[in-house]
Amino acid sequence: MGSLRVFWRGLLDENPVFRLLLGMCPILAVSTAAINGLGMGLAATAVLVASNILISLLRSIIPDKIRIPCYIVIIATFVTMVDLLMEAFVPGLHGVLGIFIPLIVVNCIILQRAEAFASKNGVFLSAIDGIGMGLGFTLALIILASIREVLGAGTFFGLTLMPAAFEPMKLMVSPPGAFIGLGLIIGLINYVQNLREVRRRA
Amino acid sequence: MEIKKFAVSSSPHLHSGATVRQAMILVMLALAPAALFAVFHFGMYVVAILLTGVLSAVLAEVAILHFLKKPLATVFDGSATLTGLLLAMNVPAGAPLWMVAIGSFLALAIGKHVFGGLGYNPFNPALVGRAILVASWPAHMTAWVGSGLMTSATPLALSRAGESLPPYSDLLFGFKAGSIGEVAVLLLFVGGVFLIYKKIIDWKIPFFYIGTVALMTWALPARGQVGYFAGDPLFHVLSGGLMFGAFFMATDWVTTPVTKLGRVIMGLGAGLITAVIRLYGGLPEGVTFAILIMNALTPLIDRYTMGRRFGVR
Repeated sequence: MGSLRVFWRGLLDENPVFRLLLGMCPILAVSTAAINGLGMGLAATAVLVASNILISLLRSIIPDKIRIPCYIVIIATFVTMVDLLMEAFVPGLHGVLGIFIPLIVVNCIILQRAEAFASKNGVFLSAIDGIGMGLGFTLALIILASIREVLGAGTFFGLTLMPAAFEPMKLMVSPPGAFIGLGLIIGLINYVQNLREVRRRA
Repeated sequence: MEIKKFAVSSSPHLHSGATVRQAMILVMLALAPAALFAVFHFGMYVVAILLTGVLSAVLAEVAILHFLKKPLATVFDGSATLTGLLLAMNVPAGAPLWMVAIGSFLALAIGKHVFGGLGYNPFNPALVGRAILVASWPAHMTAWVGSGLMTSATPLALSRAGESLPPYSDLLFGFKAGSIGEVAVLLLFVGGVFLIYKKIIDWKIPFFYIGTVALMTWALPARGQVGYFAGDPLFHVLSGGLMFGAFFMATDWVTTPVTKLGRVIMGLGAGLITAVIRLYGGLPEGVTFAILIMNALTPLIDRYTMGRRFGVR
């Protein structure tokens, strides 16, 4: 598989959020504002790329029977580093994301990429896979968070977007809004994909 | 159009002549007295709200069907019109028109068409629209007004605050604050009985729903009170959206159980949840969420109350 193909797969065809439905917990919880989505996405991407590289390097050393604990130890190391770095350099964002940064350890996307890709492929491809999947996760977070922020608060990345007469739709920044928004996006993607397949067959 | 798809059996069958369109028109007819009373009680602005609700529902139906490339014939079956009317009757009489329009659109879009259209929606579309409005613009959805659009508290809110309540006659005839459709309790009851007489709705759901609320609010002490069997069931039956919800919302064909026992359970469950929310919940009224929760349980209720086929143990 070519490296470009591996990269684009994570962004679109196998987008971890919209197509694989992985990492739902942070997606639903932190997508209240676009800046939170961007921060969360980039933090997870950093962990994903680093853990993919290290697991790929160690893939012949890690014993098969205890591979999951080994992955978790590696992932937890990088998460701790990201957590401390964010606390030092972007304390505001760190405060908003809170518990969801340590919880990247148990983000299914990262463990799934370790198990399904990095443990079977070379270092370079694993790094590309990590970047693709991480950016796919970030993209999904930003899309959902933008919709929720614009409708629910009338702002976009903190900038006032809507006219003064606009009354924010509070539902969209509350938890049910995350479920409804994500469901509608996935439904729309499936609808478009079905249309394309019907057209291809015809 | 839809009928043809299901006409599969060989026996001679008779079509009763009943259509969705007829049923919807009868329901709207049953709602008409309560709506007219609201216009008389609150003022002409109610006409604008009702028209906005109905027109935006029909427009939304046309737009969505067009987008989904489905036949436009179902626009004329009256179901979208009824959803719009029900939603408009579910907002306070001073609600801004843009909010009613958004509510109507979302009721059709998220309440009905994302699930596949009429007959496939798990939740009552008008109540989905109302729930979205309550969660999105709580200030507008609780800005209660009384006669002539003067700000005033609903009887249930007065009861919560421990203030003096309006007399039973005002509650019965509708001289109180509240949603457009819910105030005229007596007229809603007459409309509901008319629908039962016409066999559009089943008596079981409203009977057990209202009965359970009456029993529970009589038997259980409200928050901050002591002593059992000292409540005021008549007040609870005559206030809030109970009469409206029990006859016109909890009896929706699509979202309620089809079995006889299932309908009894639907009424009991909705009554239980409504009474618990009213007595102990954070909100003064619980009809909307009670019916939505029971809508969610409907497939399960149907599954466990479905009769056995002959010959099967």
